[in-house]
Amino acid sequence: MIFFKLILTNLLRHRIRSVISIAGIAFSVAAMLTIVTVLQGAVGMFSGILSSDSEIIVFERNVSDLFFSNVPAAAVKEIASWSIVQHADPVLFGIVSSADHPIITCFGITSFDARLRKATWLKGSRSDFAQHTDDVVLGERAAEFLSAALGNSVQIGHGLFHVIGIIKTANGFEDGGVFMPLTSAQNFFHKEGSSSVITIKLLSKDDASAFKRMVKTKFPNLVALEDEEFTRTYSQFKILKATAWAVGGCGLLLGGLGVANTMIMSVFTRIREIAILRVSGFSNSQIAAMIFGESALVSVLGAVMGLIIGTGFLFALKLIPAVHGYVDVTIQSPVVFIVIVLALLTGVAGALYPAIYAMRIRAVEALRFE
Amino acid sequence: MTTPMPTIETQRRVVLRAEDVWKSYDEGAISVLKGVDFVGYEGETVALCGPSGCGKSTLLHLLGGLDEPDRGHVSVNSMEINRHRSPLRLLRHEIGFVFQLHNLIPDLTLEENCLIPTVAAGIARAAALARLRDLTERTGLNHRLDHRIQRLSGGERQRTALCRALMNTPRILLADEPTGSLDEKTSAAVFDLLLDLVAKEGVTLVMATHDRALGRRCDRVVEMHDGRIYELQSA
Repeated sequence: MIFFKLILTNLLRHRIRSVISIAGIAFSVAAMLTIVTVLQGAVGMFSGILSSDSEIIVFERNVSDLFFSNVPAAAVKEIASWSIVQHADPVLFGIVSSADHPIITCFGITSFDARLRKATWLKGSRSDFAQHTDDVVLGERAAEFLSAALGNSVQIGHGLFHVIGIIKTANGFEDGGVFMPLTSAQNFFHKEGSSSVITIKLLSKDDASAFKRMVKTKFPNLVALEDEEFTRTYSQFKILKATAWAVGGCGLLLGGLGVANTMIMSVFTRIREIAILRVSGFSNSQIAAMIFGESALVSVLGAVMGLIIGTGFLFALKLIPAVHGYVDVTIQSPVVFIVIVLALLTGVAGALYPAIYAMRIRAVEALRFE
Repeated sequence: MTTPMPTIETQRRVVLRAEDVWKSYDEGAISVLKGVDFVGYEGETVALCGPSGCGKSTLLHLLGGLDEPDRGHVSVNSMEINRHRSPLRLLRHEIGFVFQLHNLIPDLTLEENCLIPTVAAGIARAAALARLRDLTERTGLNHRLDHRIQRLSGGERQRTALCRALMNTPRILLADEPTGSLDEKTSAAVFDLLLDLVAKEGVTLVMATHDRALGRRCDRVVEMHDGRIYELQSA
């Protein structure tokens, strides 16, 4: 009780300094939580595109980005014929632009594709898809920002297309995307006879290993990965996640420097008080525990405030129409746990030097000369 | 210059002993103690008298494990403390300190200040509170328990410091000019209380003081001059 009071007293004694320190940690935690959650959400959504009604994705080996992957039509045909495969859907990804939207994701797909099957058709019918080469289906948001309605012609990139359907999907990338017949997309993007990936649904999930072995044997230049495996190993995702943690970590480091500064000042301004505690019998470990306790309290309060601010910011983000559907702002428990642990570690690290300094204070000198 | 130990040593238990203790500062430039021998017996009160800079406080600090001698040995209850890694921790239950300035933590209450040594020593809160009640009743501070230090008078602060020093029921109390910052009347009252408490608790008191009148009220007066003990005198 008294021990905690000693910790609390010092923080209350320099309220503004303590508040600044807590705010430093809070904003760092909020920034980290927001960046990591948004990017993980984006990664999750992109993974969701690939895993629509499929459990394995096949693409060109050693490509840095799926947009550069080329899977030959012959491979699609052969893989689709394997007895363990329920269906194999080729998908061609492309990026196009319109007047006000520099980036629109374009999906070249077949009419059997899960995206069209699973989507809610707001306008038009799936049976109309791929009847003509200039037909496109728009995601609801794409229709909004292209100001297009059923039957309209829309300029997408350098081509003029005819809108034969508008669909609603839960995935922001898909909802803001354009769906073209595969052959049209191949022509449009000059990738005749190839797709970016094949999404595979097996008859039995137990055959995943066998399927991967078959792909490796028959198509050495292709790679087959299960969805979870893909999300974990895809280099773009890894770069995104690493960037998110690095940026968040830098924020936390700055917060940690704030804590270190506070704790150094805290020790320097009460050398006499620490000397009194030493004379009263406090051991080195008790003195260190008091200093670490202070920084831990600052970190915990900062982390709690940061979680509140970060959560509030993410909820606010969810309400912005422009990012609606693009950003999954579901806060994951492991992220919260990691952020809290990092905040605590930052606080403890920030208190390391001050604690060592405090332990070295010689009571007799501090009491004699002050 | 050091006078022989009194024969009483053979009859009473030695609780404090300094043997040929040397201490200097500034890498030997300032020599403060020059081969001091000192013995404190169980339950006695000793006044260390002498002019400023003669080494009284330094000797107290060495006896209490606050500092280490350059040479020589300091023992508490036959335990050589300067060989121990953490003498202060070792002496939590053995020694209490009172300084000229009260050295209380101003943001804490009287009660909280007094409980600090019990926290350091890991004494159960209930036992610590019982001890605190006993001491504050005897020192007339029981109505001030929840008062912050800033609201106490000089005498009350020094009495609080006295209570804090005795909280862990030490067998030895080292007091460095305990009434030096108080006016004459308050000083006398606090000193009376100090002597009363150490007598009732059976504590050995070693007190550094300029005030020879106060010193004469102790069982023994030890005169110090220029870093040496040159006279031992039974009061």
